[in-house]
Amino acid sequence: MKKLGSQTIKFENPPSIIGTGTIVGPKEGQGRFKEYYDLILKDSIYQEKSWEKAETKILKEAVEMAIKNSKVPTDKIEYLIAGDLLNQIVSAGFAARELGLPFLGIYGACSTIAQGALLGSMIVDGGFAENLVAAVSSHFCTAERQFRFPLELGNQRKPTSQWTVTGAGAMVISSQIQNPRITFATVGKVIDMGEADPNDMGTAMAPAAVDTILRHFQDTGKTPDDYDLILTGDLGSIGKDIAEELLKQKGYDISNKYSDCGVLIFYPEQDVHAGASGCACAAVVTCGYIYKEMLNGKYNRVLLVATGALMSTTSTQQGETIPCIAHAISIENL
Amino acid sequence: MDYVMAFIVGGLICLVGQILMDTTKLFPAHILVLFVTLGAVLSGLGLYQPLVDIGKAGATIPITGFGHNLVTGVIQDVDQYGLLGVFTGALRSAAGGITAAIVFGFLMALLFNPKSK
Amino acid sequence: MPVLTKEQQDYKRFAKNKKPKPPLLKNMIMAFIVGGIICTIGQIILNFFVSRGLTPGQAGGPTAIIMVFLGSFLTGIGVYDKIGKYAGAGSIVPITGFANSIVSPAMEFKREGFVFGVAAKMFVVAGPVLVYGISSATLIGLIYYLLNM
Repeated sequence: MKKLGSQTIKFENPPSIIGTGTIVGPKEGQGRFKEYYDLILKDSIYQEKSWEKAETKILKEAVEMAIKNSKVPTDKIEYLIAGDLLNQIVSAGFAARELGLPFLGIYGACSTIAQGALLGSMIVDGGFAENLVAAVSSHFCTAERQFRFPLELGNQRKPTSQWTVTGAGAMVISSQIQNPRITFATVGKVIDMGEADPNDMGTAMAPAAVDTILRHFQDTGKTPDDYDLILTGDLGSIGKDIAEELLKQKGYDISNKYSDCGVLIFYPEQDVHAGASGCACAAVVTCGYIYKEMLNGKYNRVLLVATGALMSTTSTQQGETIPCIAHAISIENL
Repeated sequence: MDYVMAFIVGGLICLVGQILMDTTKLFPAHILVLFVTLGAVLSGLGLYQPLVDIGKAGATIPITGFGHNLVTGVIQDVDQYGLLGVFTGALRSAAGGITAAIVFGFLMALLFNPKSK
Repeated sequence: MPVLTKEQQDYKRFAKNKKPKPPLLKNMIMAFIVGGIICTIGQIILNFFVSRGLTPGQAGGPTAIIMVFLGSFLTGIGVYDKIGKYAGAGSIVPITGFANSIVSPAMEFKREGFVFGVAAKMFVVAGPVLVYGISSATLIGLIYYLLNM
């Protein structure tokens, strides 16, 4: 059996990440991981007529970069698993139209990259494909107008609000044997702790991350000592503190190896309030910084726990609370 | 003196809006709706005109002044035309501001695009 | 509102203390100053019209029109949202903020076309303001009419 406990998969032949592609907007390009991105846009509209077109373009190009970096010929890529934040995941669908790859569109809000990587790894380890791409995108300007306000509206952002990352990240997952490899995956449950404030995603999502991390440790018998780095997706500074404290209450002190992509990606002086969010948040950190530092050997065992808030503008306006999810993948140098 | 009073009264009205925004879950749109209604009600009760007398533009420029303007128009038209005035007064009085908002809004949308963030 | 379980209520209490509060005092000061400045500009325009022979009552209309133009223009050139970031309610509550609430969605949704984009989205915020402003004024007018019958 490849299944451990109730929610975790142990890959028999851990699939490898053999190439990644990352593109980010100009603001992200001034952030902490600027040396790790493949392309930093000068203008987030990227010479397109709309921001939605720009998002499609960066997703498509990130996939092409990942394939190029993997050195696998494009005709040997068997699936594209992709998603984004826009209604009916149009960025992914439209990018797939350009790429001409067999396409599986997925939605896990900001957790989508982990969802894509774990589904991709299941496909590869299951022998249904040799090579495939998992990719996501998000764009501040498309997300803002869909979820919040027009860009030029003179409103004040709340201190709990987070800044949607403009960017796209893609990884080629392959049955070729090379480091780093995806060894375990824990599929999260949807957790709703009754938070309803769309300006405070971190507080809403933290319990989902905690639930998945606990389940991962229980299912695998691992402890925080088995990892060099535990990285949540986009809890931001508030959600990160909450997750850390909740885990401590449950007997897992991860404080010395725990961080959050949403906290890391921007410098505090970049005025993003509680941090970053968006599908691309976990994706560009994982495909950029983490992947490259794993190749360099700085990290050898990373647990990525990408988090997502599964609400819509309609559900928010109707006063619904926010259901949240977190999926975990172990990325290890074997 | 006009300027000092306009500054103080206008500033205070905005300050109340800020307190509401920061201490409740109200969005800016809620604040605007609340204030325009509040201005209308206060005006109906005869409480807004004294504020206009003190603060001048400080009381008419905030959106509460827009509510006051609508009510002033309705009352004038009711005095003049009776029941019909109930339906004509508000928009007649605020016609300039509303038309300007729609026309300039449309014009600006034609001329400019939102900036990348 | 959905009914929360005990576990959810406990979490809400726990998380409440973690949330940073907006810098209320600073925001209040900024709102007061910027709101005050905008109204002072309004007063300058008003006084100009009065000096040209209008009564203060008559001058209100043209003043509003010019203030709306200023709010629209500053939104168009991408300045108003930067003011709003610091001023908060100070630039939302004045009529220039009303203009901002019309122009910003109108510009934003140009790519969705001139009917369903610009013209329809223009009233996302302004629509409710007009609906409640006009309805309440009309109701007050009706009461006034009935009381004076």
